[in-house]
Amino acid sequence: MEAVNLLSSNKYSEKQIGYLFISVLVNTNSDLIKLIIQSIKNDLSSRNPVHVSLALQCIANIGSKEMAEAFGHEIPKLLVSGDTMDVVKQSAALCLLRLFRTSQEIIPSGEWTSRIIHLLNDQHMGVVTAATSLIDALVKKNPEEYKGCISLAVSRLSRIVTASYTDLQDYTYYFVPAPWLSVKLLRLLQNYPPPEDPGVRGRLNECLETILNKAQEPPKSKKVQHSNAKNAVLFEAISLIIHNDTEPNLLVRACNQLGQFLSNRETNLRYLALESMCLLATSEFSHEAVKKHQEVVILSMKMEKDVSVRQQAVDLLYAMCDKSNAEEIVQEMLNYLETADYSIREEMVLKVAILAEKYATDYTWYVDVILNLIRIAGDYVSEEVWYRVIQIVINRDDVQGYAAKTVFEALQAPACHENMVKVGGYILGEFGNLIAGDQRSSPQVQFQLLHSKYHLCSPMTRALLLSTYIKFVNLFPEIKTQIQDVFKQHSNLRSADAELQQRASEYLQLSIIASTDVLATVLEEMPAFPERESSILAVLKKKKPGRVPENEIREGKSPGPTANHQTEQPPAPAPTTNNVSTDLLGLSTPPASQPSTTSTSNTGVLLDVFGDMYGGTGTPAQANNVNNLAPAQSTYNAKKFICKNNGVLFENDLIQIGVKSEFRQNLGRLGLFYGNKTSFALQNFMPSLSIPDELQGKVNLQVKPVEPVLEAGAQIQQMLNAECIEDYSDTPSMVISFLYNNVPQKLTIKLPLTINKFFEPTEMNGESFFARWKNLGGNQQRSQKIFKATQPMDTTATRTKLLGFGMQLLEGIDPNPDNFVCAGIVHTRTQQVGCLLRLEPNKQAQMYRLTVRSSKESVSQEVCELLADQF
Amino acid sequence: MQFMLLFSRQGKLRLQKWYVAHPDKLKKKITRELITTILARKPKMSSFLEWKDVKVVYKRYASLYFCCAIEQKDNELLTLEIIHRYVELLDKYFGSVCELDIIFNFEKAYFILDELLLGGEIQETSKKNVLKAIAAQDLLQEEETPQGFFEDHGLG
Repeated sequence: MEAVNLLSSNKYSEKQIGYLFISVLVNTNSDLIKLIIQSIKNDLSSRNPVHVSLALQCIANIGSKEMAEAFGHEIPKLLVSGDTMDVVKQSAALCLLRLFRTSQEIIPSGEWTSRIIHLLNDQHMGVVTAATSLIDALVKKNPEEYKGCISLAVSRLSRIVTASYTDLQDYTYYFVPAPWLSVKLLRLLQNYPPPEDPGVRGRLNECLETILNKAQEPPKSKKVQHSNAKNAVLFEAISLIIHNDTEPNLLVRACNQLGQFLSNRETNLRYLALESMCLLATSEFSHEAVKKHQEVVILSMKMEKDVSVRQQAVDLLYAMCDKSNAEEIVQEMLNYLETADYSIREEMVLKVAILAEKYATDYTWYVDVILNLIRIAGDYVSEEVWYRVIQIVINRDDVQGYAAKTVFEALQAPACHENMVKVGGYILGEFGNLIAGDQRSSPQVQFQLLHSKYHLCSPMTRALLLSTYIKFVNLFPEIKTQIQDVFKQHSNLRSADAELQQRASEYLQLSIIASTDVLATVLEEMPAFPERESSILAVLKKKKPGRVPENEIREGKSPGPTANHQTEQPPAPAPTTNNVSTDLLGLSTPPASQPSTTSTSNTGVLLDVFGDMYGGTGTPAQANNVNNLAPAQSTYNAKKFICKNNGVLFENDLIQIGVKSEFRQNLGRLGLFYGNKTSFALQNFMPSLSIPDELQGKVNLQVKPVEPVLEAGAQIQQMLNAECIEDYSDTPSMVISFLYNNVPQKLTIKLPLTINKFFEPTEMNGESFFARWKNLGGNQQRSQKIFKATQPMDTTATRTKLLGFGMQLLEGIDPNPDNFVCAGIVHTRTQQVGCLLRLEPNKQAQMYRLTVRSSKESVSQEVCELLADQF
Repeated sequence: MQFMLLFSRQGKLRLQKWYVAHPDKLKKKITRELITTILARKPKMSSFLEWKDVKVVYKRYASLYFCCAIEQKDNELLTLEIIHRYVELLDKYFGSVCELDIIFNFEKAYFILDELLLGGEIQETSKKNVLKAIAAQDLLQEEETPQGFFEDHGLG
């Protein structure tokens, strides 16, 4: 109360103390606030400018909602009134800004707008400076209304930059004319796209050029203040150039200027230059110019004394990376990682992992990089990173063999990081069979290698290894007893860790009781992961909100992401790690219905898939959404399923369809998993078979009906039994109809029931192979195709596909080691058709020649058609 | 600008000005952490650092550290110069300013800062104008203040 009395005093010092007191000790005691507001009101209308200033400062210091309500209308009047003193105007502008920040509604509109904008023309530089801050905030709220400020700001700026330093008297700071105002004007202009009016635009570009020119002039003073102020304006000008992103000439000049700063003596300048270059790297005009400085940047990453500057260098390298320099940059970052500061290691690891994934043209390189990463900085490799490498290896058939081989080698190091053991365990468990042919990595050796690490690992890793072991039981029956011994070990069966105990005992029982068929089904290879945003990118974004350069060069020139990963999906908050961990731990779970984002493949890709599926035999499958509801948002993997049995067959925004299948002789069982991805139930859900006429009588299918309602987020399973009676081409389809939001939807999905599914692999030696080959020499029995490779010609990938195709891959038969030779028998109810195959890659021409010989012409043709599309 | 801190090489806070509202506890925590971070840095290092979600610009003048927290998009170099301008103003007002001047005349230091910055934005960049305003305040005070006013109230 005493303080309020002081406020209404006429003595300046008493008033001042009163204001100081309430600025510090204000609370929302309503009675008092009313009195205070009344006193302030009196002072605002006082004729003594000093009193008005005190009142304004007080409002600005408190800046509460009540203040905003009480004075929101008074202050704009003060601001634009002709007889207000300059000092008061300055305070009024900033005071209004403060109130505007607390409560957006007080924004004066209509007639005030133009009067506020015209403050930019004020004689008094202090007023202009304060007003620019206010206008900047107002523009952010309502750009259209304040559009008029663009031309005023440009002309004001041009007057400043062309002024000599003596013109502005006290507003020149160490020979730099009005640096604060210049910077504010440049900031203001960054709220708008480049000016449309060519005159204004020309003038702005002139200003920017002048600023760049001035940077080249010799300094007028040796003082650091001079260079700081000058460069502050320069950096802000560069920001504006980057923001406008229309003047290639200016962008390149800016880049060169920053390049000079990179080797400047001042740490601050090097820091800022690196930071600005990060932005330049994202413009298509200057991306190339930035790349010229790559060496210097790498040097500063390595040599810089200050860790925050090194951090900027790393950011810049990340931003300037593209297909052409990815390998070099990633290599340099890996080298540096060994000695890098602990505080930036984790982030660097994420960045390396993202770059490697994004720009990998050759996925073997990617696998190498990530494994190196684990080797060098294992402690800093977060779970997401190694989850991701596993996802990618599983989704890409062509690297699986290589990955298995590489992790096997990496595991042989005497001391390897636990993360390496995890990746190794997982990959060998899935794809160990691909390298088991080699004596040096026989099942026995693989198992012992993994188990030698077992005792050094944490329970979580042990649990993972136990899963690997049970997978080995399926892959390599010959070491089953050894593995059972491990399960039986005291430390496992009676482990203090409940998870280990459970796994050991359940896996043990599974291996004892289950028949090989059941084992094979339960422990089948993991289905492909649905595509989604790289979980690593999400982590990086979370870690540094707003600081992850989007890393997509603006305006086209997209670095052509491979179909395998799509970044920058707008809504991607789904914490994918949970899904991943369930996938990893629950080995036999069917493809989980994912609430996460779907990958978008554009319509073009979708049509491609339809167009060439199954080599054009029969009518192409159609995924007709009756309602055309975003058909572009779906992925359809039918082609992949020729060479594999399990995975996600189809996925769009509404539904995900996964398949697990197994075949024996002429019989097959398919599990179809329908997952509802929406938050509504799908009504009248009905999958029904559609068998083309020419298949009638050739294939026999039985399905079990399913519930007509598919609840939100739920998944149902439908079993389907198939019997092949006679060989056929084309495949049966499933027509799935349902109501989503009462809108009927219809999907037609080809079932992965191609004739090759009924293959039984046949082992034979060279002699008998050639004997049969010659026997089947007639024109009626032969089918041959020569075609261009559509994917990189990778031996391991090809092997994996041929193995998946269902025939036996015969080693050491063809005199040319590059060629592949296979044999198998197609089982039908009526007959068995023996089939031989030879695939000859020609790497120079990027072509393949595929020859299929069988005892039945139609089989030869169909097998040839099916396989020719796969490479 | 979000806040400005002045602290000594021993880590003693000498002056603080907040332009965003935080509860006291948080202010104390931020101050403590920031002081430790900055004191640990070596002289040759850059004056800028990314700290939590703000950019921190700091500079050492004799035994005092001046430290400002600014928004992501604010201009770092110019913030350094705001600090410098403030130091110049203090210097001019006190006549080669030292840490003790700020300890004993903290209210003057605040008044000067209020003239230079208002609500976290620069208000008056001209050195002459700021000093003029402060001189005017002093004059008013002297005219009105009976001798010993502050002493009587225990504020001297």
